[in-house]
Amino acid sequence: MAEIAYWEAIRRAHDEELAHDRMVIAMGEDIGVAGGTYKATSGLYQKYGADRIIDTPISENSYTGIGIGASMAGMRPIIEIMSINFALLALDTLINAAAKIRYMSGGRASCPIVMRTPGGTAHQLAAQHSARLARMFMSTPGLRVVTPRGPLDAYGMLKSAVRCNDPVIIIEHESMYNMRGEVPDEETFRPLEGAEIVRAGTDVTLIGYNYSVHLCLAAADKLAAMGVAAEVLDLRALRPIDRDTIRRSVEKTHKVVIAEEDEATVGVGAEIISVIIEECFFALDAQPVRVHAADVPVPYNRQMEKAAIPNADDVLAAALKVLGRV
Amino acid sequence: MNASDQKRLLREMIFYRRFEERSFEAYMERKIGGFLHLYSGQEAIATGVLERAHCGSDYVITGYRDHVHALKAGAPAREVMAELYGKETGSSRGRGGSMHIFDPTVNFMGGYALVGQPFPLAAGLALACKHKGTDQIAICFLGDGANNQGTFHETMNMASVWKLPVLFVCENNLYAIGTRIDRSTAVTDQYKRVAAYNIPSSQHDGQDIDIVMAAATDAIAHVRSGKGPYFIEFLTYRQRGHSMSDSNAYRSKEEERLWMERDPLKIYGDRLKKAKVLTEKDIAAMEKSVLEEIENDIVRFAEESPDPRVEDLNKYCLDDQPDPRWIGPLAQGEHHG
Repeated sequence: MAEIAYWEAIRRAHDEELAHDRMVIAMGEDIGVAGGTYKATSGLYQKYGADRIIDTPISENSYTGIGIGASMAGMRPIIEIMSINFALLALDTLINAAAKIRYMSGGRASCPIVMRTPGGTAHQLAAQHSARLARMFMSTPGLRVVTPRGPLDAYGMLKSAVRCNDPVIIIEHESMYNMRGEVPDEETFRPLEGAEIVRAGTDVTLIGYNYSVHLCLAAADKLAAMGVAAEVLDLRALRPIDRDTIRRSVEKTHKVVIAEEDEATVGVGAEIISVIIEECFFALDAQPVRVHAADVPVPYNRQMEKAAIPNADDVLAAALKVLGRV
Repeated sequence: MNASDQKRLLREMIFYRRFEERSFEAYMERKIGGFLHLYSGQEAIATGVLERAHCGSDYVITGYRDHVHALKAGAPAREVMAELYGKETGSSRGRGGSMHIFDPTVNFMGGYALVGQPFPLAAGLALACKHKGTDQIAICFLGDGANNQGTFHETMNMASVWKLPVLFVCENNLYAIGTRIDRSTAVTDQYKRVAAYNIPSSQHDGQDIDIVMAAATDAIAHVRSGKGPYFIEFLTYRQRGHSMSDSNAYRSKEEERLWMERDPLKIYGDRLKKAKVLTEKDIAAMEKSVLEEIENDIVRFAEESPDPRVEDLNKYCLDDQPDPRWIGPLAQGEHHG
């Protein structure tokens, strides 16, 4: 068991899957000679060559479409889009093609692609580099959407995504690439479905995904110091949502906070609250609270950016609210 | 080409015309729903190009005017008609309809309703062929209207840079839905546009199947030899509207009349008669046998086939038999942090 960075975990998954199956290729902007904007493919061009680590032009919709076409003929492409904001350009091929081809062909064709992309607010990158957009993909039938919160899932979910026969969207986060965590030395696969109880507790459930799990964990530490045992639930997969694990946690704690880095409207929190109401409305002792971004494009100014994006204290305040402590 | 192949090709084109006309009738009877885009008038292109391809091995992909491409690529006519009827026995199990015919058993990889979307998909199929080191190629059929999408330019660029074995067949029927090419497109000769991407190209008459086959032979040889993509433009005309609700108000009667005279079935039939390959009587017998086959076998199969079961609504959304190693369930408590 070694402690490695999130980007190293992604790189290792690429390396192992490329070695395992010649049909696996990686494609994206600057992933080859340059090694990837976040180093997630560094060194692989030298190891596997230009035909398997493909530097693409800045043509997101069509290089994604090329990956999809290749997948229909037996390839296993890992497509990197440098920022989820740029994935808007590839929505036609991702949503109109990859998500629908299996269905509209009556199950006769399939698109086993992986699309990886960072989707979060980093550090003053301003409005056109800071959108999160997970909600757009999680609302699309025919896709799987996962949000690894640390190196183990970043490694093990990418490996599972490559092997899986469905199109999988992996949403990473600029602020997590250097985050470190333990990953087993032996080959490990992490499932693409299933929420995870990251920290067990009895008094309140803090639900997060992607980077917001870390906000929940930090808030749980502060709550513990106040004598509150918070349970932290990482959704892990935004599509499909693990309704059972959410229900079981809410039936235990009876109180819920959902932390999302995105804006609230038609978002992850809205969906999770709907799930809770449908699954276990009468288990609730208080109305659920969403922690979310301000309803604005993300501003450049550092202070304004911080104000727009939720932090651990916001999660703490929300928890105290559902606990009736404010 | 020997006489029996010539007769077969004429019969195929007659079959495609009557197949489309019969589906039009079924549409008017409301047995076929949605949109229906007919290929009548353009038959020489799909028939001629694919006659020169390795159907069943080469990948073929196109837009929503896809019935004839699927048929010539090798999709059973019964299944294509059953798909138009939305039946479980259809090419896409009744889930796709007219615009989304698929038959991966013969490498016909679909019809797509997003104009220009097949460009990158075709290049991806070609990338897979190249990667596997087979002698397969990908053939992408699209209309002139698709060339004004970004995917055209993006894909031509990548296909050229990566020397992908893909043949782009542009069926220039002069209208992007209802807008004439000179009103929408700065360069009306489509084959000239790929010069910007260093892709060899040529323009030909798309109404004469002999010309189509000769041009396709050269283009396919280029692509299969590993020299990279080729773009071939055929000038043609659709005899009917864009889809069913189209009155053709944007076209002049004189223009329609001139192109109707250049009917690919007539051009080829007249040539074969003149060459004494067959007589007017032979063609009439051919027509009769085609109509009987379509009515007694193909339409009957479609009409008698069952609808998909509504209980199967969620089938085919994702892999219906996923491997639990990749999907889960997740064991709780094995990991914290």
